[in-house]
Amino acid sequence: MKLFGRYLLILFKSQMQYRTSFWLLSFGQFFIPFSVFAGLYFLFERFGQIKGWDFFEVALSFGVIHMAFAISECFVRGFDMFSSLVANGEFDRLLVRPRSTVLQVLGSKFEFTRIGRLLQSSLVLAWAVSQIHVDWTIAKSLTLIFMIVSGVFIFSGIFILTATMCFWTIQGLEIANIFTDGGREMAQYPLNIYQKWVTRFFTYVIPFGCVNYLPLLYILGRTEGNSFLYMLTPLAGCAFIIPCLLLWRFGVRHYRSTGS
Amino acid sequence: MITVSGICKSFKVAKRTSGVGNAVKALFRREYSEVAALNDISFSIAPGEIVGYIGPNGAGKSTTIKVMSGILVPDQGTCTIMGYTPWLDRVAYVKNIGVVFGQRSQLWWDVPVIDSFDLLRDIYNVPEAEYRSNLKLLAETLDLEDIIRTPVRQLSLGQRMRCEIAASLLHNPSILFLDEPTIGLDAVSKIAVRQFITRINKEKGVTVILTTHDMNDIEALAQRILLIGKGSLLYDGDLTTLRERYVEDSQSDSPSIEDIIVRMYKEYQIT
Repeated sequence: MKLFGRYLLILFKSQMQYRTSFWLLSFGQFFIPFSVFAGLYFLFERFGQIKGWDFFEVALSFGVIHMAFAISECFVRGFDMFSSLVANGEFDRLLVRPRSTVLQVLGSKFEFTRIGRLLQSSLVLAWAVSQIHVDWTIAKSLTLIFMIVSGVFIFSGIFILTATMCFWTIQGLEIANIFTDGGREMAQYPLNIYQKWVTRFFTYVIPFGCVNYLPLLYILGRTEGNSFLYMLTPLAGCAFIIPCLLLWRFGVRHYRSTGS
Repeated sequence: MITVSGICKSFKVAKRTSGVGNAVKALFRREYSEVAALNDISFSIAPGEIVGYIGPNGAGKSTTIKVMSGILVPDQGTCTIMGYTPWLDRVAYVKNIGVVFGQRSQLWWDVPVIDSFDLLRDIYNVPEAEYRSNLKLLAETLDLEDIIRTPVRQLSLGQRMRCEIAASLLHNPSILFLDEPTIGLDAVSKIAVRQFITRINKEKGVTVILTTHDMNDIEALAQRILLIGKGSLLYDGDLTTLRERYVEDSQSDSPSIEDIIVRMYKEYQIT
């Protein structure tokens, strides 16, 4: 953990060598989701609600998923950009150092410019939290934090899966963006507004439903049956990373036996 | 200290054919051919030796280094280095080795060299006192004092290579793998690097395995050479014996080491 901090520090120093580009990119990262959010706002201005969800409920969803995405892109960028690490042979270098590959790949790159996106999503989240009709109890606040954590784990898991595929293809796979960017776009709305199969896919295969839809029901007091279970669903989202890490280990073994 | 026996390694290489039609076909179905990169390689190296590992491009030098440094798992054969099998006990084993890939940097590009060194200290968990004394020694012998606070991207190749070598020795490894450490260096830097390698070998008893295409490196450093060609080990012995073997049928009285190697490559038909 301490070492992770050191990696963070040295790459932050590197980033600070290019200040202008840092500020411009951060600025851009603030406004990309901002425009999406503006779209959301005007949508609700026109229609009032979607399937019984009002604006602030959806905004909460939006804030959670974008915040999770920003955090994962900042800290798990090493896996996102892993193809270049394999292609230029840097991965060999990691293998001759006495640390786990996961830690070293995490430490190979951070994307600090995601601070812009993080700021934007925090604002949306703060606004939604203050305006939504919810009595915030400790349990509910905790659930909200779990939701974000769970989101970070799921996005990280997808990044790791994509990176693992690089061991077989070398080239980065744009296809994974369907799940990261696509998942983000889908999951910024409560999942039950979609077709059944979409909801199922994002609940049981890639558990974005555990990040916002199910726990959101708990926060809003719309649960049926045991509400405690709903509160715990974000943990199920976190569990998504376990098979991803196992696959990663399998991938590393494959790499070391084929050398490509 | 190092025992390699019967290492075999083959790679699957996608067959490339010319023409657009074939390229499109290759998108869907590829044909692979097996290329034997290493074929029954065996040797052993005693502590404190400097061994030059030579052979033409693509002979399997880098693959051997990768197997010995725990990056690659061979198809067959065993390798025991300091009691470890490199690819099985990777994390425990690599603490004892230093690796320099001449064509690739291990330093962080945009920050001063010393920051990279500090991070390596944390990665290898080097105790502070040991780190300080190692750093002092390395900075003196490799003449790094003036460049250690400069960002890596502003260093010349020679300066950078000296830093690379220092970086791979911060954790006191017992074995140093150098993959083309003098590539692209000017005469002064080459000599500085060679002198340094001799020195750490003498003073600290570090075992050095180096690959190079510069035969002057070999002549200056290695008491013993290993020649590999087309994946097989062809010669294992010292330089003088080699010289004597080829000196008779040469036109000049004292053929240069380059001549000898060329003749040797020809004899084994590996060029």
